[in-house]
Amino acid sequence: MKKFTNNELEIKSAKYRMALLKYIKKANAGHTGGSLSCTDILNVLYNDVLNVSPDNFSDNNRDRFIQSKGHSVEALYVVLANAGFFPEDDLEELCWYNSRYMGHPTRKVNGVEFNTGALGHGLPISAGIALAGKMDKATYKVYTLLGDGELAEGSNWEAAMMAAHYKLDNLTAILDHNALQITGPNREVCSPYPISDKWEAFGWKVIETKGNDIASLRKTFEKIPVENGKPTLIIANTIKGKGVSFMENEKKWHHGVPSDEQYELAIKEIESELKTLVDV
Amino acid sequence: MKNLKTGKANLLVFAETLAELAENDKNILTVTSDSRGSGKLVAFGEKYPEQIVEVGIAEQNLVGVSAGLASTGKNVFTVSPASFLTARALEQVKNDVAYSDQAVTLVGISAGVSYGALGSTHHSIHDVAVLRAINNIDIIIPADNYEARQAIIASSKSKKPVYIKFGKKAMPYLPRIKEDFKIGKASKICEGKDIAFIACGETVTPAYEAALLLNKNGFSTEVISMHTIKPLDKNTTIETAKKCKCIITVEEHSIYGGLGEAVASLLLSEKIYKPFKIVGIPDEDTVTGSQTDIFNHYGISGEGLSQSAQNLLKH
Repeated sequence: MKKFTNNELEIKSAKYRMALLKYIKKANAGHTGGSLSCTDILNVLYNDVLNVSPDNFSDNNRDRFIQSKGHSVEALYVVLANAGFFPEDDLEELCWYNSRYMGHPTRKVNGVEFNTGALGHGLPISAGIALAGKMDKATYKVYTLLGDGELAEGSNWEAAMMAAHYKLDNLTAILDHNALQITGPNREVCSPYPISDKWEAFGWKVIETKGNDIASLRKTFEKIPVENGKPTLIIANTIKGKGVSFMENEKKWHHGVPSDEQYELAIKEIESELKTLVDV
Repeated sequence: MKNLKTGKANLLVFAETLAELAENDKNILTVTSDSRGSGKLVAFGEKYPEQIVEVGIAEQNLVGVSAGLASTGKNVFTVSPASFLTARALEQVKNDVAYSDQAVTLVGISAGVSYGALGSTHHSIHDVAVLRAINNIDIIIPADNYEARQAIIASSKSKKPVYIKFGKKAMPYLPRIKEDFKIGKASKICEGKDIAFIACGETVTPAYEAALLLNKNGFSTEVISMHTIKPLDKNTTIETAKKCKCIITVEEHSIYGGLGEAVASLLLSEKIYKPFKIVGIPDEDTVTGSQTDIFNHYGISGEGLSQSAQNLLKH
């Protein structure tokens, strides 16, 4: 895998954000806020962490990524396209009639491991894959991306308990902690806090990081497993709608689609940011 | 039944067959939710500790983990009481197994009303109805030890999701015209031309008992073991229905959404209009009692089914 500089990855993130907004706009559908919040996480995973590519996707020893918060599929699709799993132009037909590029991850799309979308499914599936890895003494690692609103799903806690029981230190869950769900702040909807204490109590090792900061994310992934014999939870503190000022921390952008004017504004903002990155 | 040799519980045959398969195939795994005892898998666990995974009483995780294991190439048999497996974990069955196309065999144990007086929390008379409406999963309900064994062998080779349910009671060895078990191909227990019983699972035995009673009274009765509910054996169903004067379906399941409605739908679509009755558990608070009590109460017995058939022929 090519080793990118932080600056190169930051440029990629800006381009991913522009691309996902473009396809959401064209589809007139999508989960904008969550896709923008997890873009940097997916960027670092696919460009710096995961041993997975179109070339080794049928190799049983590839790393696995399961996107449990499946609704943020637009971010996943643009990152997968950039990784070479399919031409990005395919996303022109996102959510079209009879398109494989539907509004949640599907194995019909190259690079997607599991069909997700209903919440609370990614962690149990990932625990199963990690357990198989331990049984087979395989070296692959398993990563899953959870939403913070998703933590209310009980199946996460069933899997958390079981993953610690089996000492699955080849399993890492990343929490896209933007603190906002469709109804409002997590804290007000049904508080998941204290998140770290809960997962530690379940037998996990927990580390916090800046989830929209490429350098911080990279350093964090380098530390895994933080403790042998324990699965890891990365609490990635992110901003919902990250990168577009009027979308940031606004619940209405959970699945809001920008108007023509808003779209132009959003792209201009990201282009300005991109310019500063390219000029570095 | 006096003239039929009693075998073992189908569940026990499942556990023995799985152990045989596991001996020769280290890729076979069974995943349990504190259910190895009720699944008759204690001996399996002792003999093949590397091939059994325990997740505790957590059915959603059970099915999700099973899907994950299967995705790496493991041949996974997921064992849990049918009631919890197909209700508590239904979304995992739908999304992680069926929709994600993972070749997991979901084994529903102590199925139907075999938990008897433990009550409706433990009964699974909804499972066929909900699973029939989910794409990409075969549904198998073996009648006797032969079908139980063959179903496990067939599902171990299947590359698609399968649901198999087993009861707890020792089952008699049923006669059959031909021993040619195949998923999606019904077994013919006996042939006739007046009355057709199309039954599944542990209700095939009372259907056969009814056939013997009816034949003594001069009727000619056909009994079909429709061990695969999905995909339904359309050819055998149509052939039998065309030949006989009336058709009765029998199942250890709600009368809604199960074998009976699958057969009814097929017959109407094929313009086969004959006296027809679905015998199963009616849409009411299920009566308390043992499995046999419940069967008798709802007419799932040799006597009850014989009477139903004669009443149907009068119309």
